[in-house]
Amino acid sequence: MTSTSTSTSTSAETTLVGTTAEVERTGATGAAKAWSDSMVLLKRNVIHGIREPIEPMLSLMIPIMMMLLLGYVFGGSITVPGSANYREFLIAGIIVMVMAYGLSNTASGMARDTEKAVYGRFRSMPMAASALVTSRALYEMIRGVVETVIVIAVGLLIGWQWHNDWGDFFSAIGILLLLRLALVWGGILLGLTVPAEAVSPIVYPLVFPLTVISSSFVAPERMPEWLGVAAEWNPITSVVNATRELWGNPGVGGDSWIVQNAQLMAVVWPLVLLVLFVPLSIRRFRRVSA
Amino acid sequence: MTTTGTAIVAKGIRKSYGSVQALDGFDLTVTTGTVYGLLGPNGSGKTTAVKCLTTLSGFDAGSAEIAGFDVTRQPDEVRKRIGLTGQYAAVDEILNGRENLVMFGRLYGLTARAADRRADELLEHFDLVEAAKRSVVQYSGGMRRRLDLAASLIQAPEVLFLDEPTTGLDPRSRNQVWSGVRALVKAGTTVLLTTQYLEEADQLADRIAVLDNGKVIAEGTADELKSRIGGDQIDVVLRSEDDLERAAEVLRRIGGGEPQIEPDDRKISVVVSGARIAILTEAVRALDDAGIHAEDIGVRRPTLDEVFLGLTGRRAGEPELEATSS
Ligand SMILES: Nc1ncnc2c1ncn2[C@@H]1O[C@H](COP(=O)(O)OP(=O)(O)OP(=O)(O)O)[C@@H](O)[C@H]1O
Ligand SMILES: [Mg+2]
Repeated sequence: MTSTSTSTSTSAETTLVGTTAEVERTGATGAAKAWSDSMVLLKRNVIHGIREPIEPMLSLMIPIMMMLLLGYVFGGSITVPGSANYREFLIAGIIVMVMAYGLSNTASGMARDTEKAVYGRFRSMPMAASALVTSRALYEMIRGVVETVIVIAVGLLIGWQWHNDWGDFFSAIGILLLLRLALVWGGILLGLTVPAEAVSPIVYPLVFPLTVISSSFVAPERMPEWLGVAAEWNPITSVVNATRELWGNPGVGGDSWIVQNAQLMAVVWPLVLLVLFVPLSIRRFRRVSA
Repeated sequence: MTTTGTAIVAKGIRKSYGSVQALDGFDLTVTTGTVYGLLGPNGSGKTTAVKCLTTLSGFDAGSAEIAGFDVTRQPDEVRKRIGLTGQYAAVDEILNGRENLVMFGRLYGLTARAADRRADELLEHFDLVEAAKRSVVQYSGGMRRRLDLAASLIQAPEVLFLDEPTTGLDPRSRNQVWSGVRALVKAGTTVLLTTQYLEEADQLADRIAVLDNGKVIAEGTADELKSRIGGDQIDVVLRSEDDLERAAEVLRRIGGGEPQIEPDDRKISVVVSGARIAILTEAVRALDDAGIHAEDIGVRRPTLDEVFLGLTGRRAGEPELEATSS
């Protein structure tokens, strides 16, 4: 069976020119065109990620290194309430750290999308402008899923497990990805606000303390009192605590309201951030693309 | 010639960047199926004009229509009908050449199959088949420009904008671009191109507008413009500096204006009109009769600088004198 292609180019002259009507178009408009444009740009983002892997690798490797270092070097000397397994305690915090560091790639990616000369070409074409943001958000969520899978795999290798049912397992994943979604929109907002080179110097000094002043590595109860309160109210703490609860991993103690309602707050915090970041990002993008 | 529609109409466009008035009442009318040259020195507003006409930039006042659609109110209709090659190559650096063209094709609304086919055709035409699978980072400047041009032709645009399309190209690539433009126009595309070279505008454009400080200061065919400033130039380089005065005297009689003397180069230039060879022969003979030894003599098109001097009484880039009255 042969199904040969019917299209053949004739001469150089007719290939170069021709009228607009001769070019076969999908005819998609509105939301359909916006979606198809998003998919085209998503593919571009994926190719970028595969061909230029250093930057995204770093934001994944740093937390994984931290998990191995803390787990094996300090693991013996740090005691967690209720259990002796520090490595089991660590993993939730490490995944959240990966989600948070990812913000840097999101922001620099978004900044580059709107800075580079190719952006000028995009804007001279009948492309849905929103596709630039949608494709970025989709790509960053896919990356978040892949990274979560990688950290979980490494976790399993070093002896982490979850102790509850699959429902709880996936609820925790859902909570982690909800946080990721909120941070993605934070990254989009940042990327639309500052140039790409400014992203890392802003994100890392901000995100590193945020991940440490939380329940990720030590219990807030053991911090100086004012710092402990700040750590407990850190959205990262709620997500980390909720994840540990759902996976049946050792957690931190505390009887404040915020600690007692970790699972509720693990949903509320990201939603609050989304309500803040999404409209601001859209407004910012309208201004940038005006 | 059946219809003589207008492909581009711009009326009184004003656009400022902070305190810089990049366009200051820019007017333009381009007939469908013709090549229009926008000629101007650095900073005169060429790129800004292209950006405004291609929906990339909004503007403060005025209006513009491309192929009958209003740039401000119907940007999507305009975008479906134009192609743009900006001053700097606007392609994705990480993707390879083919991936770029397919991506742009899809974003133009082509079906996946049409986008693939179009990419292959254009790669072929622009001599990029071998480089098609290489990442654009590895392309030379000229290859990038060619890919950029290919991208602007994906949807076979009704109106094509080229912002300094040949800057940075070697003579061979430049000729490819020129012949490409001619082929497009033959098939009915309207082309607006900007350039700093009168030579290029002269070669390609049916009409030319000279842009200065965001305004069109002269408009017409290449011949009309040249006759306004006196046409071609004869350059004479003398063997001896002592002959400068006498040679200038001789050339004044042949040329149409006051000869410009550059003593350091032992060079005299004068504007001439009429058949180029005849006038050159006349100049050679007259200098010879006067016993003046010329080291070099030639006739050439005026440079942009000289066009400027002729039109404005100042060199391109020099500030305007308030006192000068036209
Ligand atoms: N994005 C911008 N921000 C501020 N000023 C700008 C911007 N773009 C252009 N200008 C200014 O507007 C004026 C016109 O610039 P434009 O780029 O249109 O000139 P041009 O004729 O294309 O010059 P060139 O031959 O150098 O490309 C210049 O004075 C320039 O400094
Ligand atoms: Mg320019």
